[in-house]
Amino acid sequence: MTASASTISPPPTAEQYEEKEFGFWLYLMSDAAIFALLFATYMVMVGNTAGGPAGKELFSLERAAGETALLLLSSTAFGVAAVALSAGEKSRTLIWLLVTFALGSGFIFLEAGEFYGMIQEGAPPERSGFLSAFFTLVGTHGLHVSIGLLWIAVMIGQVLFKGLTAPVASRLMRLGLFWHFLDIIWVVIFSVVYLPGLL
Amino acid sequence: MDSSGYSVERTIKPYLIGLALAVTLTAIPFALVATGALTKGVTLGIIIAAALIQIVVHLRFFLHIGLRTPRENLIALAFASVLIFIMVGGTLWIMFDLYHRMMV
Repeated sequence: MTASASTISPPPTAEQYEEKEFGFWLYLMSDAAIFALLFATYMVMVGNTAGGPAGKELFSLERAAGETALLLLSSTAFGVAAVALSAGEKSRTLIWLLVTFALGSGFIFLEAGEFYGMIQEGAPPERSGFLSAFFTLVGTHGLHVSIGLLWIAVMIGQVLFKGLTAPVASRLMRLGLFWHFLDIIWVVIFSVVYLPGLL
Repeated sequence: MDSSGYSVERTIKPYLIGLALAVTLTAIPFALVATGALTKGVTLGIIIAAALIQIVVHLRFFLHIGLRTPRENLIALAFASVLIFIMVGGTLWIMFDLYHRMMV
């Protein structure tokens, strides 16, 4: 297909949007498999502290609760944005996307502070097998959330300049799948890493 | 909205139900760890149970997985679940079996 032919191609049909959504869903399932293996690695390595600090000395229940609250509220805020999108209200969609972005940024801010504090306290990833597994697992999730934030920022720009067109709405719904998916991964993280670590 | 080829139908109700259930299912394990009210084993069991229920709550109320979800999406989800069960279960089984054989 030449460049000129692609510019005059008709807009995607409903079926093509469904295919895009299914493709994205397959990506999420493969991403879930990656996280599952990182969880398995963490569960095997959690006892291997090599004489260094364990989760009990490093984790803070308050910080974990704060991170959980921010991410859950961010996920819900995206839901409210999706409701505004389906009602065709552009400004309300934008406001709630901004709320989602702010709450997600708060999560990353807390997590970055946690990582920085641990490295300062003599618990960097290279200290023990436990810490390598911890930083890899929680860091991979944090990286996903950061990419999600970038995507939200891009979509705020698209809603602002292109409006709530069909392609923009379709992208927003796929972003929603990604954002809610990351909240599920976080539920498993606090249930496997933080709560058992502090027990 | 612009209905050419793509439409979204979302209401606020499922998100609020999901939020309420998620808050409850998060508060229970956090409170148990904070207070240490129950024994370690029981608390761990409740943490795992609450997490599994919360995953279903998120899938149902935030990701809108249900009977009207396209069949191939559900098959992909089921396949991924089986895959995760085999990989995580198999890893833990092999590694802890190995651990016990090395220690004894």
